[in-house]
Amino acid sequence: MPADGYLERLKREGRIVVVGASLAGLRAAETLRDEGFAGTLTMVGDEPYEPYDRPPLSKGVLLNRTTPDHTALPRRRALDADWRLGVAATGLDMAAKRVRLADGEELEYDRLLIATGVRARPWPHEREAELDGVFVLRTRDDATALQKRLTDGPRRVFVVGAGFTGSEIASACREREIAVTVAERGAAPLVGALGGVVGEVAAQLQRESGVDLRTGVMVTGLEGDSAGRVRTAHLSDGSSVEADVVVVSLGATRNTEWLTGSGLGAGPRGIACDAGCRAFDIRGIVTDDIFVAGDVARSPHPLFGYQFLSLEHWGNAVSQAETAAHNMLCKSVDRRPHMWVPAFWSSQFGVNIKSVGVPSMGTEILISQGSLAERRFVGVYGYQERVIGAVTFDQARWLPFYEHLIETTASFPPPFATVDRRPEGARPVPADFPDPSVPTHGPTVTLSGYSPADRRMTFTPGRH
Amino acid sequence: MRVVVDLNRCQGYAQCAFLAPDVFEIHGEEALLYKPRPDEAWRDDVVRAVTACPVQAILLDRSDEAVTAGEASDAR
Ligand SMILES: Cc1cc2nc3c(=O)[nH]c(=O)nc-3n(C[C@H](O)[C@H](O)[C@H](O)COP(=O)(O)OP(=O)(O)OC[C@H]3O[C@@H](n4cnc5c(N)ncnc54)[C@H](O)[C@@H]3O)c2cc1C
Ligand code: SF4
Repeated sequence: MPADGYLERLKREGRIVVVGASLAGLRAAETLRDEGFAGTLTMVGDEPYEPYDRPPLSKGVLLNRTTPDHTALPRRRALDADWRLGVAATGLDMAAKRVRLADGEELEYDRLLIATGVRARPWPHEREAELDGVFVLRTRDDATALQKRLTDGPRRVFVVGAGFTGSEIASACREREIAVTVAERGAAPLVGALGGVVGEVAAQLQRESGVDLRTGVMVTGLEGDSAGRVRTAHLSDGSSVEADVVVVSLGATRNTEWLTGSGLGAGPRGIACDAGCRAFDIRGIVTDDIFVAGDVARSPHPLFGYQFLSLEHWGNAVSQAETAAHNMLCKSVDRRPHMWVPAFWSSQFGVNIKSVGVPSMGTEILISQGSLAERRFVGVYGYQERVIGAVTFDQARWLPFYEHLIETTASFPPPFATVDRRPEGARPVPADFPDPSVPTHGPTVTLSGYSPADRRMTFTPGRH
Repeated sequence: MRVVVDLNRCQGYAQCAFLAPDVFEIHGEEALLYKPRPDEAWRDDVVRAVTACPVQAILLDRSDEAVTAGEASDAR
């Protein structure tokens, strides 16, 4: 059968199943319809809500500018999809091309897109995690519960982990004049993502805003009262903090357990795929009918030496979903690689923080514009004499320029002389990233090795 | 009416905050905060903001089709 005929039929009357009905799933579904897919489109999501946007959950929602139920994503077009919401996918039969659902139903597919994302890593001690007042923040339900508690007027909020989400939560608390303590294992907030030089600025911002910031400490335990409400957090330096709300912000875990034993190359680091978003099986052979996109994917990037990147970035989910959807419907010569330059934003303590590239790959940083002391600057990261990433604090307009430097593999330190270069920008200094083997709250970009044939890195064998 | 802003693209030019101040607000120097489901009353303002944004970062619903076969939609 000629492949062309197959693709024509696929477009006309094929069956496509999308598992994970969030940002990546929605944008992929829209692209499939845009590119002429007229067959059956089924959207499977374990959350009972239509696709919604997560970034506001730690920003506008906690600042009371909006509510969690108002975060549904706008639609680029009508989808005419069959939605299975509130039902998890529980298994995959690659040979029979079927997805099993928690309610016993089985969905046959011609093409499958996996966009199951990540979930918040819970507090590791189960009984302590169940104490009343202990939260994580990933879903609309998490945000509803946390927002209610913050509005009730807690005496003190205790945040475990000063990554982006933890820092944004602390920022919202301070803006609402709620007392907050932040405990971070690393030397400063955001060190995993931006390094120690920028982390020090983030630490100053937190302290000046009245955050009780404790760095270089671990939380050893959470203690409740007789009614099962959280009361005290114990720290590794022997101190303890009284708090009636605890938010655990220790990064995320990839939602791949449902694929265990399926034969797909899925594991705790995500699902490995090629540059065209096709998933690898456990043997390192690329599949032709299973695609992945968004936070759950790990894919090779030509700009970063074809290392596999896992990106917990909003923009990556959108871009990879569009590429995956396009590739699902076309001949191999018409496929496109996913070559998005990583980009991220966060706002906290009144500062707009944005980054491009992979700062955490950088060994050196140069403050090319503005100054750290003014909390308004551009930091450029260098790796092997190349510009590999950049971060801005309230200098967003410059970011496209640095993105261009990264895309063109410009040399580091960049040769240009800027108008407002200060003494501190005269030469690069060590970027000061923590030892990657020491787990922190988790950066939002993870380098996870090279080829999927590097088995240790790509999958955990299924339990048969 | 559902709205999302691609904040990777947004450069804090604040045109949207001038044109639809009930929906978009600049927080601090250049961080944008917005209401993702603004009241219908502001639709004209939001449409003006979408058009005026120099980097086309604002996406407004082009369909309010409800989700089917799942839980009831809470769109609009
Ligand atoms: C509080 C918060 C703030 C953020 N802020 C920013 C920010 O400022 N900037 C930025 O760039 N990014 C930010 N992000 C990250 C951004 O939201 C994610 O990158 C994005 O949501 C990824 O989309 P996704 O569709 O790949 O995955 P997800 O949004 O994680 O969606 C996956 C979906 O699949 C569902 N699912 C999982 N397993 C199954 C299964 N077996 N069956 C059916 N469904 C399943 C999940 O429940 C979920 O609904 C933030 C995230 C959070 C939580
Ligand atoms: S007009 Fe566009 S670029 Fe300017 S603040 Fe609004 S969304 Fe951002």
